[in-house]
Amino acid sequence: MTTAISVKNLGKQYRIGAAQTKFKYGMLREVLVDAAMTPVRIYKALTGKGSRGTTNSASFWALKDISFDVEEGKVLGIVGRNGAGKSTLLKILSRVTEPTTGTVSVRGRVGSLLEVGTGFHPELTGRENIFMNGAILGMKNAEIESKFDEIVEFSEVSQFIDTPVKRYSSGMYLRLAFAVAAHLEPEILVVDEVLAVGDAEFQRKCLGKMSDVAQQGRTVLFVSHNMSAILRLTQEAIVLNKGQLLMRAPTQEAVDFYLSSGQAQAGERLWDADEVPAASAPFRPISLKVRNGSGKVVDTVRSTEPVHVEFEYQLDAPITGLRIGFYLSTMRGEYVLTSFDTDEPRLFDQFDSRKSGRYVSRCVIPADIFNEGRYSLGVNASSFGVRRYFMDENALAFNVDISGAPGTQWAEPRVGPVRPRLAWKIEKLD
Amino acid sequence: MTEITKHEPTTIYIKPSKGLAALNLRDLWIYRELVFFMIWRDIKVRYKQTLLGALWAIIQPVLTMIVFTFIFGKVAKVSSDGVPYPIFSYTALLPWGLFVAALNQASRSLTSNHNMITKIYFPRLILPVASVLGGLVDFAISFVVLIGLMVYYKVTPSWASLWTLPLFLLLAIITALGVSLWLSAINVQYRDVNYALPFLTQFWLFITPVAYSSSVVTEKWQLAYSMNPMAGVVNGFRWALLGSGNGPDASLWVSVAISFLMLFSGLFYFRNMEKTFADTI
Repeated sequence: MTTAISVKNLGKQYRIGAAQTKFKYGMLREVLVDAAMTPVRIYKALTGKGSRGTTNSASFWALKDISFDVEEGKVLGIVGRNGAGKSTLLKILSRVTEPTTGTVSVRGRVGSLLEVGTGFHPELTGRENIFMNGAILGMKNAEIESKFDEIVEFSEVSQFIDTPVKRYSSGMYLRLAFAVAAHLEPEILVVDEVLAVGDAEFQRKCLGKMSDVAQQGRTVLFVSHNMSAILRLTQEAIVLNKGQLLMRAPTQEAVDFYLSSGQAQAGERLWDADEVPAASAPFRPISLKVRNGSGKVVDTVRSTEPVHVEFEYQLDAPITGLRIGFYLSTMRGEYVLTSFDTDEPRLFDQFDSRKSGRYVSRCVIPADIFNEGRYSLGVNASSFGVRRYFMDENALAFNVDISGAPGTQWAEPRVGPVRPRLAWKIEKLD
Repeated sequence: MTEITKHEPTTIYIKPSKGLAALNLRDLWIYRELVFFMIWRDIKVRYKQTLLGALWAIIQPVLTMIVFTFIFGKVAKVSSDGVPYPIFSYTALLPWGLFVAALNQASRSLTSNHNMITKIYFPRLILPVASVLGGLVDFAISFVVLIGLMVYYKVTPSWASLWTLPLFLLLAIITALGVSLWLSAINVQYRDVNYALPFLTQFWLFITPVAYSSSVVTEKWQLAYSMNPMAGVVNGFRWALLGSGNGPDASLWVSVAISFLMLFSGLFYFRNMEKTFADTI
């Protein structure tokens, strides 16, 4: 078996300059002082001093000392929380950015489904963009020509192929872009579902394409927060945490490890400042807690008691239309339910826009819902149709103990994620 | 489904590049089709949704020529070495226009394609190279006007000098590319380039014999003056097309040397900065 990807002692350091905090209060005095300091800054920039090791710039390792090999034809899952370094790893593998330390050898062309639509120009027609995009993705002209009909057919936009893509609907645009990327046929495919754009249908298409590629015996790296997708599509997975590789194991084992490592603090998940992606601003998650019927923060709840879930967060600026969502899923990744804090029309009207400040969104999941087992709780903060501020699909996991639940007189496991207390009636008819 | 002949995939080694990174022009060759596609895209898109379209390639130099002819030719009575002033200035405006357009396009080429740079790998060099070469189409269009002017003023170029024109055009492109590589790479980190560029091109116009003849430059300053490669280009264009001036001499080689120095230093600077483009853009 040949090695498709070999990663050795890979590290990537990013500098966080002082620029982020500059002019925080927009004071004229600071602007003037800054202007007066310009010659010093230019001197530092030109001599390369000041960017290294001085007080006004910090650095952090997005990846540190990562080593692993992937054999040809293997599908490797990559799991980890936001900021664990998954996207950085994929960026290095696809040669978008250079590592700071270490080496990678990659055998063959690396294609990625996050390149969808890259280089599309709104003024060009669909036909022209197919050629343009294909060239950007590294396809030869002859290769694009031979696949052209197939690409057009796959995209379902053949009627508008000679229309500038600026006249396309967003769905058509995405389909065309995906069609080109899907026909690239790289030796190695990287899929970052975290960054994938588009609707559920589109994401489904991405996953479908991915399993096709895997079945053709090509190498796939798959990043996802969806554990059921990871379990379904990969045989092996690596777990990243804060830039380090924690383990590499058969997927089931790795997923179990990843999910259980989330509950270091039982029943509670706290977000450190460095775990929150910068793109989340002005939204900042603080904590997610699961409480039992008596209000205690617990790792294990009883299915016969209501479960209180509370999510605390900070808004650094007002947000209009913000909704906080809870996603509940089983450990195998099947969704059990989704609920938003402004589902209720009264709350929807009252919290149409939220001023900056600290908030907590609470809900009570009634008793007699859960079956026995471990459940994963995800949170999401978004403005519908506008923007997703923050998302953590596996923010917290908790156990459900079913003692006293319906049917526990029989010591046998029951299938299905829910175990509600149903109002059974038995009548004798004759 | 068409079968694409399978060849042994090449292994790529990704590691931090140290010191002056290798130029790696091989990658540029592998991606040569993309260079043509980028040029083609730039041209296709350039005059979209404009009323006058490609006429702009003619309007700009022609209007400048008219203004120059009035101010420098008629009012200030600047010497044009015995050539009618309109054709004298227009001959210089052609390579100058190519140069300025190249700088304007290329210095922004990386920042305006940042979504490509942060998402996929391709030799970044393609972007400024395509921007510079894309200006050749406008150059060709405005060249037609020059032919018209030459017919009108009955200026016949001599074949003895005309064959050097492509070489001077090449010198203009090399100079433009050298400066563009510096500007585009700096622009990724410091957007000051966008503000500095109009001044840069304005000052550069003053030290280039576009509106005047380089014969007005005194002996003492000739060497310093020819350090500007664009002076060599403009003089060369006038000599090749109109037969004015002394033709190539030692000062041309100074221009050529400086031009290549700009190109190679630009290439090394660009290559060295390239690895952080995706992080800093």
